[in-house]
Amino acid sequence: MTVKRKKLIVVGNGMAGVRAIEHLLKLAPEAYEITIIGAEPYPNYNRIMLSSVLAGGASLDEIIINDLEWYRSFNITLYTGHTVTSIDTAARTVYTDKGVTAVYDELILATGSNPFMLPIPGTEKEGVIAFRDIKDTQIMQDVSQKYSKALVIGGGLLGLEAARGLLHLGMDVSVVHIHEYIMERQLDEAASRMLRGELEAQGMKFLLKKQSEAILGKKRVKGLLFADGEMAEADLIVMAVGIKPNVMLARSSGIEVNRGIVVNDYMETSLPGIYAVGECAEHRGIAYGLVAPLYEQGAVLAKRLAGAPTEGYAGSVTSTKLKVSGVDVFSAGQYNEQPGTKALRFQDETEGIYKKLVIQEDKLIGAVLFGDTNDGAQLFSMIKKGENIKGREKELLLGLEADALASPKGNRLEGMPDDEIICGCNGVTKGTIAEAITAGGCTSVGQIKACTKASASCGGCKPLVEGLLQLYAGEAAVTVKEGICGCTTLGRDEIVAEIKRMKLTTVKEVMHVLSWNTEEGCPKCRPSLNYYLGMLWPEEYVDENESRYTNERYHANIQKDGTYSVVPRIYGGVTSPAELIKIAEVAVKYDVPLVKFTGGQRLDLLGVKKEDLPKMWEELDMPSGHAYGKTLRTVKTCVGSTFCRFGTQDALGMGIRLEKAFERLNAPGKVKLAVSGCPRNCAEATIKDFGVVAIDGGWELHVGGNGGVHVRATDLLCVVKTDDEVLEWASAFLQYYREQAGWNERTAQWIERVGLDSIKQALESPEERAALVERIQKTLSLTTDPWKQIVNTPELRKNFEAISLPETV
Amino acid sequence: MTKLLIGNLNDVDIKGSRKLRVGDTEIALFRLSSGEVLAVENRCPHKGGLLSEGMVCGSKVHCPLHDWRIELHTGEVQAPDTGHVTTYEVEVDHATGSLYLTI
Repeated sequence: MTVKRKKLIVVGNGMAGVRAIEHLLKLAPEAYEITIIGAEPYPNYNRIMLSSVLAGGASLDEIIINDLEWYRSFNITLYTGHTVTSIDTAARTVYTDKGVTAVYDELILATGSNPFMLPIPGTEKEGVIAFRDIKDTQIMQDVSQKYSKALVIGGGLLGLEAARGLLHLGMDVSVVHIHEYIMERQLDEAASRMLRGELEAQGMKFLLKKQSEAILGKKRVKGLLFADGEMAEADLIVMAVGIKPNVMLARSSGIEVNRGIVVNDYMETSLPGIYAVGECAEHRGIAYGLVAPLYEQGAVLAKRLAGAPTEGYAGSVTSTKLKVSGVDVFSAGQYNEQPGTKALRFQDETEGIYKKLVIQEDKLIGAVLFGDTNDGAQLFSMIKKGENIKGREKELLLGLEADALASPKGNRLEGMPDDEIICGCNGVTKGTIAEAITAGGCTSVGQIKACTKASASCGGCKPLVEGLLQLYAGEAAVTVKEGICGCTTLGRDEIVAEIKRMKLTTVKEVMHVLSWNTEEGCPKCRPSLNYYLGMLWPEEYVDENESRYTNERYHANIQKDGTYSVVPRIYGGVTSPAELIKIAEVAVKYDVPLVKFTGGQRLDLLGVKKEDLPKMWEELDMPSGHAYGKTLRTVKTCVGSTFCRFGTQDALGMGIRLEKAFERLNAPGKVKLAVSGCPRNCAEATIKDFGVVAIDGGWELHVGGNGGVHVRATDLLCVVKTDDEVLEWASAFLQYYREQAGWNERTAQWIERVGLDSIKQALESPEERAALVERIQKTLSLTTDPWKQIVNTPELRKNFEAISLPETV
Repeated sequence: MTKLLIGNLNDVDIKGSRKLRVGDTEIALFRLSSGEVLAVENRCPHKGGLLSEGMVCGSKVHCPLHDWRIELHTGEVQAPDTGHVTTYEVEVDHATGSLYLTI
């Protein structure tokens, strides 16, 4: 170290300040000795993802952008839980509330903003909060455990995201809004009404044109009084009416403040050596509250501090997306018609789609999209570029050509500055993506995602990423083929065909002969190849335990704390008092912390230590329920004619027979069955991979249902008369699925891909069915119960035990 | 620095893993296809996932919780994620198969 580093202090440990520092470290890693002081007790986290945390889409840990290790690795001194109370601008020193004093050469103010609390009586009561930080999110989660009624004041973006999260937490939620229609600052009236309809269908209630007057209650909030004299009950009130820049520190330090801290195009405040960035800054009269402008400001500031040339920050055109409601809404630019503008509208109420483009002097200046926001990113880019769209208006309204992006005419992306943010969720710029393609050799969206995290969160920017790929990789991108994973360019069908043609017999051999580009594959291709080889060569192939996922390797479901769960097989869900006593005794003996029923009508013993698994299996002396595998899970049943007044057939008998027939079957994905004893369908057979429903004198056979991520109702495969025919068709269908589908592809996805007709055709002839039945029976005849096998094989059993206490040499 | 006799090569399957506890530290042992035996702290720096339960690919292990990749020789987390896991020296006596761990 010959040059003495200058001291840089950042007040605020949020997205804007730390983003600027990340940039600076790339440009001039040696220039500064950096100190960051933050009031919240956390490292830098992604505030915009709090909505996802509330809605159950992400955990708190998952939204940390820079963990403590990051600060350490760049030698950044971090004070969390410290509030800077004053700045002595003459002595260039900051003071915190906990007695820390630090001297700076350059100072960045990134103090963010505070939620705006309505100036009404009662805001100090317990149960009145904002929606701004991790603490607020945790309070909402806690309150939802004890109370039921929530009011959200504010029908803007933040309010609706808070309301959506509270709905997800099981609360009764009403949104109080002062205007006649919600999100009036982002949407026009038509889109707003459609959005309200969608949200009402999800259970959200609205109290519109309501002005809040006072919060009622003694110590804890009880309700909200409105100006019109009406009242609404509430156990929790979330204020989401807006934010205001946090300028207190700047103001008391003599820095020029308007609504925000006033900065020029280089993020410099009125005092030399002091900068402001993010929500606390006001640039050309605007204080932004969205993420993309903050990132753009951070990039400019980093260049300034690194002494790199920059044209400065010229302000941002912003766009809005509602992320968590399951409703696609997008708006950008000036979306309400003004004098001198023209609008094009498209409204389709059957599909729930609405689009509007606002045009001025042949330029697109604003857009609103509802229900189909795929073109949002592209339209947004055109608005920012201000390009002439004469003659293309209708094409833009009704959907862009996918390759219009890369066409020389529409070279929007080419002209876009390098520091423009493409991916708002992860703050990835055009320049970073371009570099990943040109220097990093990325040739697919998947690779760009892995390398930069662009399009890795909400996926809204994928069209732009694709456009950049076309622009910078050209032919390479067009010809790139997505393989089953990053280790190969070959697809599933090619791999299976090659294995058959060359009679390849081990995972290693497949990788070697088919020129895999990794040494030993990855957790995607290894289990796939293991499955395909076992499916193709049931007799010769020795299953590779080490190429299976954790759950399948240890025949139990791994839980978040590293413990496992045990689900014994109970055929058709029919048990006995003696069996229940046995299960209970084992649960007591091994101190099982949680016993519950699974969604598939089976008992689940959770929180078991790995070393206890074999002992419990041995004492249970029941087969594995395979609750962890890509295999037959359970056959769900109703009581059927055994007891039920309406049952037309023996659903229990049929369920038990099917479960005994197909248990232990390796399949591309998990396979769930159900049998209902009458058309009332109490076993919900029409959302299973294979569902059987009794009718008078026969059975309906349904296929390709799913009740999980994407709900899909089954298609009717056929109707048969006898029990034996049910088994025959189930066998043929499952074997055809095993032979045709890709690994990790459920029957629902597979049917969507290949079509029901192709499956019906394949199973049409009795000879074909017989051949399929024979193949599945051969496969099934070679399976054994994994729990018994582990219990009786010391070589397998050792892997469940820790190595005992080592001895010193 | 203490050298411990922790067991024999046969205790760990190829591409498999075993765990052991030394004091307060849980350590995951891995045996690669190359024959090497490597040891790292049994904790993914991301969410504390047990690396011993993950899939071994070459000289890397994939954490079972969120698929972070860790190079077992160096303990370095692989891009695009970042971080580091403590590694421990393991010696194999090829005459007897004995495994020694230095901690």
